[in-house]
Amino acid sequence: MSDTEIEFRDVEKAFFKEDGSKQVILDKVSFTIPAGKTTVVAGGSGQGKSVTLKLILGLLQVDGGQIIIGGQDTTTLKGRQLKALRTRFGVLFQSSALFDSMTVFENVALPLRERTQKTESEIRKQVLSSLEELELLGHENKFPAQLSGGMKKRAGLARALQLQPEIMLFDEPTTGLDPVMAMEIYQLFARTQERIGYTSIIVSHDIPKIFNLADQVVVLNNGAMDVFPSPEAIQWSQKPHIQEFVKTTMGELYQSHLVEK
Amino acid sequence: MQLNAISRLGNSGLSAIIDLGRMGTYLFQMIVGCFRLPFRFSELIRQMHFIGVGSLTVIFFTAASTGMVLGLQGYYSLHKYGAEGMLGSAVALTLIMELGPVLTALMVAGRAGSAMCAELGIMRISEQIDALDCMAVDSFRYLISPKLLATIISVPILTVLFDVVGIAGGYVAGVHLMGVNPGSYIDGMQKSVTNHDILLGAVKSFVFALLIVWICTGRGYFVHMIKGTGFGARSVSKVTTQAVVYSSISVLVFDYLLTAILL
Repeated sequence: MSDTEIEFRDVEKAFFKEDGSKQVILDKVSFTIPAGKTTVVAGGSGQGKSVTLKLILGLLQVDGGQIIIGGQDTTTLKGRQLKALRTRFGVLFQSSALFDSMTVFENVALPLRERTQKTESEIRKQVLSSLEELELLGHENKFPAQLSGGMKKRAGLARALQLQPEIMLFDEPTTGLDPVMAMEIYQLFARTQERIGYTSIIVSHDIPKIFNLADQVVVLNNGAMDVFPSPEAIQWSQKPHIQEFVKTTMGELYQSHLVEK
Repeated sequence: MQLNAISRLGNSGLSAIIDLGRMGTYLFQMIVGCFRLPFRFSELIRQMHFIGVGSLTVIFFTAASTGMVLGLQGYYSLHKYGAEGMLGSAVALTLIMELGPVLTALMVAGRAGSAMCAELGIMRISEQIDALDCMAVDSFRYLISPKLLATIISVPILTVLFDVVGIAGGYVAGVHLMGVNPGSYIDGMQKSVTNHDILLGAVKSFVFALLIVWICTGRGYFVHMIKGTGFGARSVSKVTTQAVVYSSISVLVFDYLLTAILL
Protein backbone atom coordinates (compact mmCIF):
# COMPACT_ATOMS: atom_id res chain seq x y z
CA MET A 1 0.00 0.00 0.00
CA SER A 2 1.15 3.55 -0.81
CA ASP A 3 2.59 5.46 2.16
CA THR A 4 2.32 8.84 0.42
CA GLU A 5 0.26 11.27 2.44
CA ILE A 6 -0.85 14.65 1.07
CA GLU A 7 -1.17 17.61 3.40
CA PHE A 8 -2.64 21.06 2.62
CA ARG A 9 -1.29 23.75 4.98
CA ASP A 10 -3.10 27.13 4.86
CA VAL A 11 -3.44 26.88 1.10
CA GLU A 12 -4.81 29.96 -0.65
CA LYS A 13 -5.94 30.24 -4.27
CA ALA A 14 -7.92 32.95 -6.02
CA PHE A 15 -8.66 33.89 -9.61
CA PHE A 16 -9.28 37.27 -11.19
CA LYS A 17 -12.35 37.47 -13.40
CA GLU A 18 -12.46 39.33 -16.73
CA ASP A 19 -14.03 42.35 -14.94
CA GLY A 20 -11.05 42.50 -12.54
CA SER A 21 -12.94 41.20 -9.48
CA LYS A 22 -11.36 38.49 -7.32
CA GLN A 23 -12.89 35.05 -6.77
CA VAL A 24 -11.49 33.21 -3.77
CA ILE A 25 -11.36 29.45 -4.39
CA LEU A 26 -9.40 28.25 -1.35
CA ASP A 27 -9.04 30.48 1.72
CA LYS A 28 -6.28 29.23 4.06
CA VAL A 29 -7.41 25.64 3.76
CA SER A 30 -5.71 22.88 5.78
CA PHE A 31 -6.42 19.17 5.69
CA THR A 32 -4.68 15.82 5.18
CA ILE A 33 -5.33 13.10 2.60
CA PRO A 34 -4.34 9.82 4.27
CA ALA A 35 -2.02 7.41 2.45
CA GLY A 36 -3.53 4.39 0.72
CA LYS A 37 -7.09 5.59 1.37
CA THR A 38 -9.80 7.15 -0.77
CA THR A 39 -10.72 10.79 -0.28
CA VAL A 40 -13.75 12.17 -2.08
CA VAL A 41 -13.77 15.91 -2.83
CA ALA A 42 -17.31 17.22 -3.22
CA GLY A 43 -18.98 20.61 -3.62
CA GLY A 44 -21.05 22.67 -6.01
CA SER A 45 -19.98 23.85 -9.44
CA GLY A 46 -17.20 26.45 -9.42
CA GLN A 47 -16.22 25.71 -5.80
CA GLY A 48 -12.70 24.63 -6.77
CA LYS A 49 -12.79 20.84 -6.86
CA SER A 50 -10.81 20.55 -10.10
CA VAL A 51 -8.56 23.43 -9.00
CA THR A 52 -7.65 21.37 -5.90
CA LEU A 53 -6.52 18.51 -8.16
CA LYS A 54 -4.52 20.88 -10.39
CA LEU A 55 -2.81 22.37 -7.32
CA ILE A 56 -1.79 18.89 -6.17
CA LEU A 57 -0.39 18.16 -9.65
CA GLY A 58 1.44 21.49 -9.85
CA LEU A 59 -0.54 22.49 -12.95
CA LEU A 60 -1.59 25.60 -10.98
CA GLN A 61 0.44 27.54 -8.42
CA VAL A 62 -0.86 28.30 -4.92
CA ASP A 63 -1.14 31.97 -3.89
CA GLY A 64 -0.10 31.06 -0.33
CA GLY A 65 0.48 28.09 1.96
CA GLN A 66 2.09 24.72 1.31
CA ILE A 67 1.13 21.37 -0.20
CA ILE A 68 3.22 18.61 1.36
CA ILE A 69 3.37 15.34 -0.57
CA GLY A 70 5.29 12.47 1.04
CA GLY A 71 7.03 14.96 3.37
CA GLN A 72 8.09 17.33 0.56
CA ASP A 73 6.75 20.85 -0.01
CA THR A 74 5.70 20.75 -3.66
CA THR A 75 4.64 24.39 -4.07
CA THR A 76 8.19 25.54 -4.77
CA LEU A 77 9.07 22.78 -7.24
CA LYS A 78 9.91 23.66 -10.83
CA GLY A 79 11.26 21.95 -13.94
CA ARG A 80 12.79 18.54 -13.34
CA GLN A 81 11.72 18.39 -9.68
CA LEU A 82 8.10 18.99 -10.70
CA LYS A 83 8.43 16.37 -13.43
CA ALA A 84 9.82 13.91 -10.87
CA LEU A 85 6.85 14.62 -8.60
CA ARG A 86 4.40 13.95 -11.43
CA THR A 87 5.93 10.54 -12.08
CA ARG A 88 4.25 9.50 -8.83
CA PHE A 89 0.75 10.40 -10.05
CA GLY A 90 -1.84 8.84 -12.29
CA VAL A 91 -4.72 11.01 -13.48
CA LEU A 92 -8.09 10.12 -14.97
CA PHE A 93 -9.49 13.29 -16.54
CA GLN A 94 -13.15 14.22 -16.79
CA SER A 95 -12.90 14.00 -20.59
CA SER A 96 -10.54 10.98 -20.38
CA ALA A 97 -8.06 13.17 -22.36
CA LEU A 98 -7.13 10.35 -24.73
CA PHE A 99 -5.00 11.41 -27.68
CA ASP A 100 -7.56 11.37 -30.45
CA SER A 101 -5.08 10.74 -33.26
CA MET A 102 -3.77 7.58 -31.54
CA THR A 103 -5.35 4.15 -31.12
CA VAL A 104 -6.31 2.78 -27.70
CA PHE A 105 -3.13 0.66 -27.72
CA GLU A 106 -0.91 3.64 -28.55
CA ASN A 107 -2.60 5.75 -25.87
CA VAL A 108 -2.05 3.14 -23.17
CA ALA A 109 1.50 2.42 -24.37
CA LEU A 110 2.52 6.11 -24.42
CA PRO A 111 3.69 6.43 -20.78
CA LEU A 112 5.66 3.17 -21.11
CA ARG A 113 7.33 4.30 -24.35
CA GLU A 114 8.13 7.76 -23.01
CA ARG A 115 9.06 7.01 -19.44
CA THR A 116 10.53 3.51 -19.35
CA GLN A 117 13.29 1.61 -21.13
CA LYS A 118 11.04 -1.39 -21.84
CA THR A 119 11.28 -3.13 -25.19
CA GLU A 120 8.37 -3.00 -27.63
CA SER A 121 7.47 -6.64 -26.90
CA GLU A 122 7.44 -6.00 -23.13
CA ILE A 123 5.27 -2.92 -23.68
CA ARG A 124 2.88 -4.89 -25.89
CA LYS A 125 2.56 -7.64 -23.28
CA GLN A 126 1.88 -5.16 -20.44
CA VAL A 127 -0.60 -3.06 -22.43
CA LEU A 128 -2.60 -6.08 -23.63
CA SER A 129 -2.67 -7.43 -20.07
CA SER A 130 -4.04 -4.08 -18.80
CA LEU A 131 -6.61 -3.92 -21.56
CA GLU A 132 -7.74 -7.43 -20.64
CA GLU A 133 -8.11 -6.44 -16.96
CA LEU A 134 -10.20 -3.42 -17.98
CA GLU A 135 -12.26 -5.43 -20.50
CA LEU A 136 -10.95 -3.55 -23.53
CA LEU A 137 -9.23 -6.42 -25.29
CA GLY A 138 -10.33 -6.46 -28.94
CA HIS A 139 -10.68 -2.66 -28.98
CA GLU A 140 -6.95 -1.87 -28.94
CA ASN A 141 -6.87 -0.76 -32.58
CA LYS A 142 -9.84 1.59 -32.28
CA PHE A 143 -9.50 5.36 -32.06
CA PRO A 144 -11.08 7.24 -29.11
CA ALA A 145 -13.83 8.61 -31.38
CA GLN A 146 -14.94 5.00 -32.00
CA LEU A 147 -15.37 4.23 -28.27
CA SER A 148 -18.34 4.66 -25.94
CA GLY A 149 -18.05 6.97 -22.90
CA GLY A 150 -17.42 4.07 -20.54
CA MET A 151 -14.77 2.55 -22.80
CA LYS A 152 -12.99 5.89 -23.00
CA LYS A 153 -12.90 6.07 -19.19
CA ARG A 154 -11.51 2.54 -19.00
CA ALA A 155 -8.87 3.33 -21.61
CA GLY A 156 -7.95 6.50 -19.67
CA LEU A 157 -7.72 4.45 -16.46
CA ALA A 158 -5.55 1.84 -18.19
CA ARG A 159 -3.16 4.58 -19.36
CA ALA A 160 -3.06 6.21 -15.91
CA LEU A 161 -2.22 2.90 -14.20
CA GLN A 162 0.63 1.81 -16.50
CA LEU A 163 3.40 3.19 -14.26
CA GLN A 164 1.90 1.87 -11.00
CA PRO A 165 1.16 5.33 -9.50
CA GLU A 166 1.40 6.04 -5.77
CA ILE A 167 -1.46 8.54 -6.04
CA MET A 168 -4.47 8.40 -8.39
CA LEU A 169 -6.51 11.52 -9.08
CA PHE A 170 -9.98 11.10 -10.60
CA ASP A 171 -11.67 14.22 -11.98
CA GLU A 172 -15.42 13.67 -12.32
CA PRO A 173 -14.82 10.08 -13.42
CA THR A 174 -18.44 9.15 -14.11
CA THR A 175 -19.74 12.35 -15.71
CA GLY A 176 -21.87 11.52 -18.74
CA LEU A 177 -22.10 7.80 -17.95
CA ASP A 178 -25.30 5.90 -17.28
CA PRO A 179 -25.71 4.44 -13.74
CA VAL A 180 -24.74 0.89 -14.77
CA MET A 181 -21.59 2.07 -16.53
CA ALA A 182 -20.77 4.41 -13.62
CA MET A 183 -21.02 1.48 -11.22
CA GLU A 184 -18.68 -0.60 -13.39
CA ILE A 185 -16.16 2.22 -13.27
CA TYR A 186 -16.40 2.44 -9.46
CA GLN A 187 -15.84 -1.30 -9.22
CA LEU A 188 -12.74 -0.93 -11.38
CA PHE A 189 -11.44 1.79 -9.06
CA ALA A 190 -11.91 -0.44 -6.05
CA ARG A 191 -10.31 -3.44 -7.79
CA THR A 192 -7.26 -1.58 -9.11
CA GLN A 193 -6.75 0.24 -5.81
CA GLU A 194 -6.78 -3.07 -3.99
CA ARG A 195 -4.18 -4.46 -6.42
CA ILE A 196 -1.86 -1.42 -6.59
CA GLY A 197 -2.62 0.18 -3.23
CA TYR A 198 -2.57 3.79 -4.43
CA THR A 199 -3.81 6.82 -2.52
CA SER A 200 -7.00 7.88 -4.27
CA ILE A 201 -8.56 11.32 -4.60
CA ILE A 202 -11.92 11.46 -6.37
CA VAL A 203 -13.67 14.64 -7.41
CA SER A 204 -17.27 13.85 -8.22
CA HIS A 205 -20.81 15.11 -8.51
CA ASP A 206 -22.12 11.56 -8.34
CA ILE A 207 -22.36 11.88 -4.57
CA PRO A 208 -24.47 8.99 -3.23
CA LYS A 209 -22.68 6.21 -5.08
CA ILE A 210 -19.14 7.58 -4.93
CA PHE A 211 -19.41 7.93 -1.14
CA ASN A 212 -19.50 4.16 -0.87
CA LEU A 213 -15.86 4.22 -1.95
CA ALA A 214 -14.84 7.02 0.42
CA ASP A 215 -12.73 6.71 3.54
CA GLN A 216 -12.81 10.49 3.97
CA VAL A 217 -14.99 13.24 2.49
CA VAL A 218 -14.01 16.85 1.86
CA VAL A 219 -16.71 19.39 1.03
CA LEU A 220 -15.70 22.69 -0.60
CA ASN A 221 -17.86 25.76 -0.13
CA ASN A 222 -17.00 29.42 -0.83
CA GLY A 223 -13.29 29.03 -0.22
CA ALA A 224 -13.70 26.98 2.96
CA MET A 225 -13.23 23.24 3.32
CA ASP A 226 -15.07 20.87 5.66
CA VAL A 227 -13.39 17.52 6.28
CA PHE A 228 -15.34 14.46 7.47
CA PRO A 229 -13.57 11.30 8.59
CA SER A 230 -16.31 9.18 6.97
CA PRO A 231 -19.31 9.70 4.67
CA GLU A 232 -21.63 8.96 7.57
CA ALA A 233 -20.15 11.85 9.61
CA ILE A 234 -21.54 14.44 7.22
CA GLN A 235 -25.09 14.01 8.43
CA TRP A 236 -24.11 15.12 11.95
CA SER A 237 -22.75 18.50 10.80
CA GLN A 238 -24.66 21.50 12.15
CA LYS A 239 -23.38 23.86 9.45
CA PRO A 240 -26.29 25.15 7.32
CA HIS A 241 -24.44 24.78 3.99
CA ILE A 242 -23.51 21.17 4.81
CA GLN A 243 -27.09 20.39 5.83
CA GLU A 244 -28.25 21.91 2.54
CA PHE A 245 -25.62 19.85 0.71
CA VAL A 246 -26.81 16.66 2.43
CA LYS A 247 -30.41 17.49 1.64
CA THR A 248 -29.86 18.19 -2.05
CA THR A 249 -27.29 15.61 -2.99
CA MET A 250 -27.13 12.80 -0.49
CA GLY A 251 -30.68 11.98 0.40
CA GLU A 252 -30.25 8.44 -0.86
CA LEU A 253 -26.75 7.89 0.55
CA TYR A 254 -27.69 5.20 3.00
CA GLN A 255 -30.05 3.47 0.63
CA SER A 256 -27.30 3.04 -1.93
CA HIS A 257 -25.25 -0.09 -1.31
CA LEU A 258 -24.72 -1.03 -4.92
CA VAL A 259 -20.97 -0.73 -4.77
CA GLU A 260 -19.07 -2.86 -2.32
CA LYS A 261 -15.73 -1.55 -1.18
CA MET B 1 -17.11 56.47 -17.31
CA GLN B 2 -13.65 57.93 -18.02
CA LEU B 3 -12.19 55.85 -15.19
CA ASN B 4 -13.74 52.73 -16.72
CA ALA B 5 -12.19 53.54 -20.08
CA ILE B 6 -8.77 54.13 -18.50
CA SER B 7 -9.15 50.93 -16.49
CA ARG B 8 -10.02 48.95 -19.63
CA LEU B 9 -7.07 50.48 -21.46
CA GLY B 10 -4.79 49.58 -18.55
CA ASN B 11 -6.15 46.02 -18.46
CA SER B 12 -5.60 45.63 -22.21
CA GLY B 13 -2.05 46.96 -21.90
CA LEU B 14 -1.28 44.61 -19.03
CA SER B 15 -2.76 41.65 -20.92
CA ALA B 16 -0.63 42.49 -23.97
CA ILE B 17 2.55 42.68 -21.85
CA ILE B 18 1.73 39.40 -20.08
CA ASP B 19 0.96 37.78 -23.46
CA LEU B 20 4.25 38.99 -24.92
CA GLY B 21 6.20 37.74 -21.89
CA ARG B 22 4.47 34.35 -22.10
CA MET B 23 5.27 34.08 -25.81
CA GLY B 24 8.90 35.05 -25.14
CA THR B 25 9.26 32.27 -22.58
CA TYR B 26 7.48 29.93 -24.99
CA LEU B 27 10.02 30.68 -27.75
CA PHE B 28 12.86 29.84 -25.37
CA GLN B 29 11.17 26.60 -24.24
CA MET B 30 10.41 25.46 -27.79
CA ILE B 31 14.05 25.92 -28.82
CA VAL B 32 15.33 24.15 -25.68
CA GLY B 33 12.83 21.33 -26.37
CA CYS B 34 14.70 20.52 -29.61
CA PHE B 35 17.75 19.47 -27.58
CA ARG B 36 15.88 17.18 -25.17
CA LEU B 37 15.99 13.44 -25.70
CA PRO B 38 14.56 11.15 -26.92
CA PHE B 39 14.00 13.02 -30.17
CA ARG B 40 10.85 12.08 -32.13
CA PHE B 41 12.39 11.54 -35.55
CA SER B 42 9.30 9.85 -37.04
CA GLU B 43 7.15 12.81 -35.96
CA LEU B 44 9.67 15.20 -37.58
CA ILE B 45 9.33 13.30 -40.87
CA ARG B 46 5.53 13.32 -40.58
CA GLN B 47 5.49 17.07 -39.96
CA MET B 48 7.93 17.73 -42.82
CA HIS B 49 5.65 15.73 -45.08
CA PHE B 50 2.64 17.74 -43.94
CA ILE B 51 4.32 21.16 -44.12
CA GLY B 52 6.67 20.53 -47.04
CA VAL B 53 5.20 17.93 -49.39
CA GLY B 54 1.64 19.01 -48.56
CA SER B 55 2.42 22.60 -49.60
CA LEU B 56 4.00 21.70 -52.95
CA THR B 57 0.86 22.22 -55.05
CA VAL B 58 -0.02 25.61 -53.60
CA ILE B 59 3.62 26.76 -53.81
CA PHE B 60 3.92 25.56 -57.42
CA PHE B 61 0.82 27.41 -58.64
CA THR B 62 1.56 30.57 -56.65
CA ALA B 63 5.17 30.64 -57.90
CA ALA B 64 4.24 29.95 -61.53
CA SER B 65 1.57 32.66 -61.65
CA THR B 66 3.77 35.17 -59.76
CA GLY B 67 6.73 34.51 -62.10
CA MET B 68 4.56 34.84 -65.21
CA VAL B 69 3.00 38.10 -63.97
CA LEU B 70 6.50 39.43 -63.19
CA GLY B 71 7.60 38.40 -66.69
CA LEU B 72 4.72 40.25 -68.36
CA GLN B 73 4.85 43.36 -66.16
CA GLY B 74 8.66 43.47 -66.23
CA TYR B 75 8.62 43.29 -70.02
CA TYR B 76 6.01 46.09 -70.16
CA SER B 77 8.18 48.39 -67.98
CA LEU B 78 11.57 47.51 -69.46
CA HIS B 79 10.33 47.68 -73.07
CA LYS B 80 9.70 51.43 -72.59
CA TYR B 81 13.45 51.92 -72.12
CA GLY B 82 14.54 49.28 -74.62
CA ALA B 83 15.95 47.20 -71.77
CA GLU B 84 14.08 43.89 -72.33
CA GLY B 85 17.38 42.08 -71.93
CA MET B 86 17.29 42.89 -68.19
CA LEU B 87 14.07 40.91 -67.70
CA GLY B 88 15.82 37.79 -66.36
CA SER B 89 17.72 39.88 -63.84
CA ALA B 90 14.60 41.75 -62.68
CA VAL B 91 12.50 38.59 -62.28
CA ALA B 92 15.23 36.61 -60.51
CA LEU B 93 16.22 39.37 -58.06
CA THR B 94 12.61 40.16 -57.19
CA LEU B 95 11.82 36.51 -56.56
CA ILE B 96 15.00 35.51 -54.72
CA MET B 97 15.25 38.56 -52.46
CA GLU B 98 11.61 39.41 -51.90
CA LEU B 99 8.62 37.59 -53.28
CA GLY B 100 9.93 34.03 -52.91
CA PRO B 101 10.48 34.14 -49.14
CA VAL B 102 7.43 36.33 -48.41
CA LEU B 103 4.85 34.51 -50.51
CA THR B 104 6.12 31.08 -49.43
CA ALA B 105 5.85 32.15 -45.79
CA LEU B 106 2.33 33.52 -46.28
CA MET B 107 1.23 30.29 -48.01
CA VAL B 108 2.73 28.12 -45.25
CA ALA B 109 1.18 30.32 -42.54
CA GLY B 110 -2.24 29.98 -44.14
CA ARG B 111 -2.03 26.26 -44.84
CA ALA B 112 0.20 24.64 -42.20
CA GLY B 113 0.32 27.38 -39.54
CA SER B 114 -3.44 27.39 -39.12
CA ALA B 115 -3.49 23.58 -38.90
CA MET B 116 -0.74 23.53 -36.24
CA CYS B 117 -2.58 26.17 -34.21
CA ALA B 118 -5.93 24.37 -34.40
CA GLU B 119 -4.37 20.99 -33.55
CA LEU B 120 -2.68 22.31 -30.41
CA GLY B 121 -5.75 24.37 -29.46
CA ILE B 122 -7.98 21.30 -29.60
CA MET B 123 -5.41 19.28 -27.66
CA ARG B 124 -5.36 22.01 -25.01
CA ILE B 125 -9.12 22.36 -24.55
CA SER B 126 -9.60 18.58 -24.50
CA GLU B 127 -6.94 18.30 -21.73
CA GLN B 128 -4.58 16.22 -23.91
CA ILE B 129 -1.67 18.58 -23.19
CA ASP B 130 -2.51 18.50 -19.46
CA ALA B 131 -2.47 14.70 -19.72
CA LEU B 132 1.05 14.80 -21.18
CA ASP B 133 2.20 17.13 -18.37
CA CYS B 134 0.64 14.82 -15.79
CA MET B 135 2.48 11.84 -17.29
CA ALA B 136 5.70 13.88 -16.86
CA VAL B 137 6.14 13.87 -20.64
CA ASP B 138 7.68 17.17 -21.81
CA SER B 139 4.99 18.64 -24.08
CA PHE B 140 7.55 20.94 -25.77
CA ARG B 141 9.80 18.05 -26.73
CA TYR B 142 6.88 15.79 -27.63
CA LEU B 143 4.59 18.18 -29.52
CA ILE B 144 6.28 21.47 -30.38
CA SER B 145 9.91 20.69 -31.26
CA PRO B 146 9.12 18.41 -34.25
CA LYS B 147 6.88 21.19 -35.63
CA LEU B 148 9.59 23.80 -35.08
CA LEU B 149 12.30 21.79 -36.81
CA ALA B 150 10.02 20.66 -39.64
CA THR B 151 9.01 24.26 -40.37
CA ILE B 152 12.52 25.73 -40.33
CA ILE B 153 13.73 22.90 -42.60
CA SER B 154 10.73 22.90 -44.98
CA VAL B 155 10.16 26.64 -45.50
CA PRO B 156 13.65 27.43 -46.94
CA ILE B 157 13.37 24.38 -49.25
CA LEU B 158 9.90 25.51 -50.39
CA THR B 159 11.32 29.01 -50.92
CA VAL B 160 14.03 27.64 -53.24
CA LEU B 161 11.35 25.73 -55.14
CA PHE B 162 9.23 28.89 -55.34
CA ASP B 163 12.20 30.82 -56.75
CA VAL B 164 12.97 28.16 -59.39
CA VAL B 165 9.34 27.77 -60.53
CA GLY B 166 8.85 31.56 -60.49
CA ILE B 167 11.95 32.17 -62.64
CA ALA B 168 10.73 29.48 -65.06
CA GLY B 169 7.30 31.18 -65.15
CA GLY B 170 8.99 34.51 -65.93
CA TYR B 171 10.95 32.76 -68.71
CA VAL B 172 7.75 31.34 -70.25
CA ALA B 173 5.98 34.72 -70.17
CA GLY B 174 8.99 36.80 -71.23
CA VAL B 175 10.66 34.55 -73.78
CA HIS B 176 7.83 32.45 -75.23
CA LEU B 177 4.97 34.96 -75.04
CA MET B 178 6.71 38.35 -75.41
CA GLY B 179 9.68 37.30 -77.53
CA VAL B 180 12.58 38.26 -75.25
CA ASN B 181 15.89 36.66 -76.27
CA PRO B 182 16.35 33.48 -74.17
CA GLY B 183 20.12 33.98 -73.93
CA SER B 184 19.79 37.50 -72.55
CA TYR B 185 17.15 36.30 -69.99
CA ILE B 186 19.50 33.61 -68.60
CA ASP B 187 22.67 35.67 -68.97
CA GLY B 188 21.16 38.74 -67.24
CA MET B 189 20.03 36.57 -64.37
CA GLN B 190 23.43 34.89 -63.95
CA LYS B 191 25.30 38.19 -63.99
CA SER B 192 23.07 40.12 -61.60
CA VAL B 193 22.27 37.56 -58.87
CA THR B 194 25.05 37.44 -56.25
CA ASN B 195 25.67 35.18 -53.28
CA HIS B 196 24.62 38.06 -51.02
CA ASP B 197 21.19 38.19 -52.69
CA ILE B 198 20.72 34.45 -52.21
CA LEU B 199 21.87 34.73 -48.58
CA LEU B 200 19.35 37.52 -47.96
CA GLY B 201 16.56 35.32 -49.30
CA ALA B 202 17.75 32.39 -47.19
CA VAL B 203 17.93 34.47 -43.98
CA LYS B 204 14.46 35.82 -44.64
CA SER B 205 12.93 32.39 -45.21
CA PHE B 206 14.55 31.04 -42.01
CA VAL B 207 13.31 33.99 -39.91
CA PHE B 208 9.82 33.81 -41.43
CA ALA B 209 9.65 30.06 -40.69
CA LEU B 210 10.55 30.75 -37.05
CA LEU B 211 7.91 33.50 -36.81
CA ILE B 212 5.19 31.26 -38.29
CA VAL B 213 5.86 28.25 -36.06
CA TRP B 214 6.35 30.41 -32.96
CA ILE B 215 3.15 32.43 -33.34
CA CYS B 216 0.91 29.67 -34.70
CA THR B 217 1.88 26.94 -32.21
CA GLY B 218 2.07 29.47 -29.35
CA ARG B 219 -1.47 30.73 -29.90
CA GLY B 220 -2.78 27.16 -29.97
CA TYR B 221 -0.75 26.07 -26.94
CA PHE B 222 -2.03 28.99 -24.84
CA VAL B 223 -5.59 29.06 -26.21
CA HIS B 224 -6.96 28.70 -22.65
CA MET B 225 -5.03 31.75 -21.42
CA ILE B 226 -5.78 34.24 -24.19
CA LYS B 227 -8.36 36.77 -23.03
CA GLY B 228 -11.39 37.72 -25.06
CA THR B 229 -11.54 34.64 -27.27
CA GLY B 230 -14.31 32.83 -25.40
CA PHE B 231 -14.25 29.11 -24.63
CA GLY B 232 -14.24 25.75 -26.40
CA ALA B 233 -14.43 25.37 -30.17
CA ARG B 234 -15.14 29.08 -30.65
CA SER B 235 -11.92 30.04 -28.84
CA VAL B 236 -9.92 27.63 -31.05
CA SER B 237 -11.42 29.12 -34.23
CA LYS B 238 -10.77 32.70 -33.06
CA VAL B 239 -7.23 31.95 -31.97
CA THR B 240 -6.51 30.14 -35.26
CA THR B 241 -7.63 33.22 -37.19
CA GLN B 242 -5.49 35.39 -34.90
CA ALA B 243 -2.49 33.14 -35.46
CA VAL B 244 -2.66 33.41 -39.26
CA VAL B 245 -3.23 37.19 -39.15
CA TYR B 246 -0.46 37.85 -36.59
CA SER B 247 2.06 35.59 -38.32
CA SER B 248 1.30 37.13 -41.76
CA ILE B 249 1.69 40.66 -40.40
CA SER B 250 4.91 39.68 -38.61
CA VAL B 251 6.29 38.23 -41.85
CA LEU B 252 5.61 41.50 -43.70
CA VAL B 253 7.06 43.68 -40.90
CA PHE B 254 10.19 41.53 -40.57
CA ASP B 255 10.53 41.51 -44.37
CA TYR B 256 11.00 45.27 -44.29
CA LEU B 257 13.30 45.16 -41.24
CA LEU B 258 15.54 42.45 -42.69
CA THR B 259 15.70 44.17 -46.07
CA ALA B 260 16.64 47.46 -44.39
CA ILE B 261 19.31 45.80 -42.24
CA LEU B 262 20.82 43.32 -44.69
CA LEU B 263 20.50 44.98 -48.10
